[in-house]
Amino acid sequence: MKERVSGGLIVGYVILVILALVYIYPFVIAVSGSFKTDAEANGDPMSLIPQTFTYAAYERLFTGDLPLWAANSAFITIVVTVFRVFFDSLAGYALSRLKFRGRGFVFAVFIAVLAVPSVVLMIPRFLVIKELGLYDTYGGMIIPLLATAAGVFIMKQFFDSIPVSIEEAARIDGAGVFRTFWSVTLPMASPALITLTILSFQGSWNEFGHFVISRQSPELHTLTTGVGSLVSGALGSGTQFPLKLAAAVLMTIPVAIVFFIFQKRIMSTTEGAEKG
Amino acid sequence: MSSVSTAPAPRKRRGGARGGEAVAGWLFTLPAILIIGVFLIAPIALALWVSFTDWNGRNSPLFNDSVDVVGLENYAAITTDDSLTRELFGRSIRNTVYFVLFVVPLQTALALFLAVQVNRRLLKGKGFFRTAFYFPSVTSSIAITGVFLFLFAATGVVNRVLGALSVDGPNWFADPRGIFHILFRSTAAPPGLDSPGFLGVTPWEWMAGPSVAMVVIITMVIFTTSGTFMLLFLAGLQNIGAEVGEAAVMDGAGPIRTFFSVTLPMLRPTLFTVLTLGLIGTWQVFDQIYLTRGTPAAPTLSSPAYLAFNQAFENNEPGIAAAIAFVLFLIIIAMTLIQRLVLGERDESGMGKRRKGRDRKAPLLADGAVRLEAGPQSTTGGGLT
Repeated sequence: MKERVSGGLIVGYVILVILALVYIYPFVIAVSGSFKTDAEANGDPMSLIPQTFTYAAYERLFTGDLPLWAANSAFITIVVTVFRVFFDSLAGYALSRLKFRGRGFVFAVFIAVLAVPSVVLMIPRFLVIKELGLYDTYGGMIIPLLATAAGVFIMKQFFDSIPVSIEEAARIDGAGVFRTFWSVTLPMASPALITLTILSFQGSWNEFGHFVISRQSPELHTLTTGVGSLVSGALGSGTQFPLKLAAAVLMTIPVAIVFFIFQKRIMSTTEGAEKG
Repeated sequence: MSSVSTAPAPRKRRGGARGGEAVAGWLFTLPAILIIGVFLIAPIALALWVSFTDWNGRNSPLFNDSVDVVGLENYAAITTDDSLTRELFGRSIRNTVYFVLFVVPLQTALALFLAVQVNRRLLKGKGFFRTAFYFPSVTSSIAITGVFLFLFAATGVVNRVLGALSVDGPNWFADPRGIFHILFRSTAAPPGLDSPGFLGVTPWEWMAGPSVAMVVIITMVIFTTSGTFMLLFLAGLQNIGAEVGEAAVMDGAGPIRTFFSVTLPMLRPTLFTVLTLGLIGTWQVFDQIYLTRGTPAAPTLSSPAYLAFNQAFENNEPGIAAAIAFVLFLIIIAMTLIQRLVLGERDESGMGKRRKGRDRKAPLLADGAVRLEAGPQSTTGGGLT
């Protein structure tokens, strides 16, 4: 019995290690490819250590438009994340705690909206953005992303799980609704807030479709649309792989840093499943 | 989804503050209501209107004398008219059907396998393996597509590996041949199968399978989403707990039997969630298709989402684009309903258990949707963008 178990474990290990290598390899090869010359990236794509080590791709990116794209991405990501977390928790709090006529209806609409696929909305949203005169502006790129039904839902779920007794004490002491929410309940919701912040950060940093339909000026390129134009340009010719790989590496660094810092929390699987 | 229980815990209420609370309630929800109303609900109404008009994209579609209502013409153009547009639409449906048929079962099976493996109690380095499998899920689809274009180049990494195994790798992104055609060595349509069939696409083409180029996209999407679904399965496994499986093993069931007859049935709510999110996500594939639109085999990659974009922005046919968006919406609703029927909510074990399962599912669905949204398959869940 014991032998069979450990035998199975060894086979499991071997399979897992091979799979882990398959999952990691593309990232490793992307980093090493980004330091190769064009010729070497084409001629010898496999090697992990470049024969002639060159920063040429990075130099070209940094002297080109990439800093502008990164600035746009950073600006949009910060604004979207801050407001999204704030608006979503405000609404989540109201739906969980405050009694008002129409609350059930508002919640039902948010739940129904969850079911609308976002890609289906791309063209319709473009029509509205254009109609409002927001096309090709920061406003059109940012405002539609400032609140999400799923975020409201997650925050409501979390507030539902916090006992009301503490804030009731605060209310008796005369604190207003917003004061109670801001300085009593919200701090208790920090696990959900952190989760929502991380996911909003990743979501808006990686957002692509919305920026394809809400802007056209090169000055408004984000990293996703800018690098996207690099990636999709001159395909098949097999040229400039180091440039594309370097751009891919650079745009991955911020999400990778956030991921490794908050790894435990991001991958804690019980967060969404246990509440409710 | 509307069956989610919304009742908060009952609590005592003091009079007096109620009026202020009602105002606060609306003020607190106002920003979210405005943004979701203007950029999620209004767009649906406007797009529905546009889909019934011949608006050419210039000026406004509202209060515009040069815009005529054309009824169902835009819908006819993609379904019944004998037109190039219908053929493009038919081809995008064909491509996506195969994409979904391959991605959904494979990513679900792989995610389940990974979850079971990294959930083993005796496994050392759990954290490392979970990180390795989940990391692709947090990176951008743009970066991943860039890397895969490099890996699958004609003389790229994948073909070198295949070469070492003395297999002659194809020129992936330039190869429009369907893999079923290759498998059955069918190079030209046999008579009888070569005339336009459903949606203007020949039966021979319908039977082609995913193109070689599409196989790369399929691989890429499985690579990037399996980690997210692994986490969902892991949550499900941890809810079940190890005791159940151990009890079955004590009773003499082998590990494989235990998995299929004990663990898998108990994972059913999670499985349902994963399949739902998978179906919804794959039908909306856009980023990867948009980025590879310039490759030689691009017509075998196009999806309805990409075609809608193409019609609106490159063809100045917003009416057709809106019609495609609504047909895609209907397809997604139909798919999830069919899946619900097939997999069924057939809980025979009484109401109590059923309720519990449901209550757990909605948060899981939201959690999974937000995760997918954050990652490279930025295609799931409307409220999320």
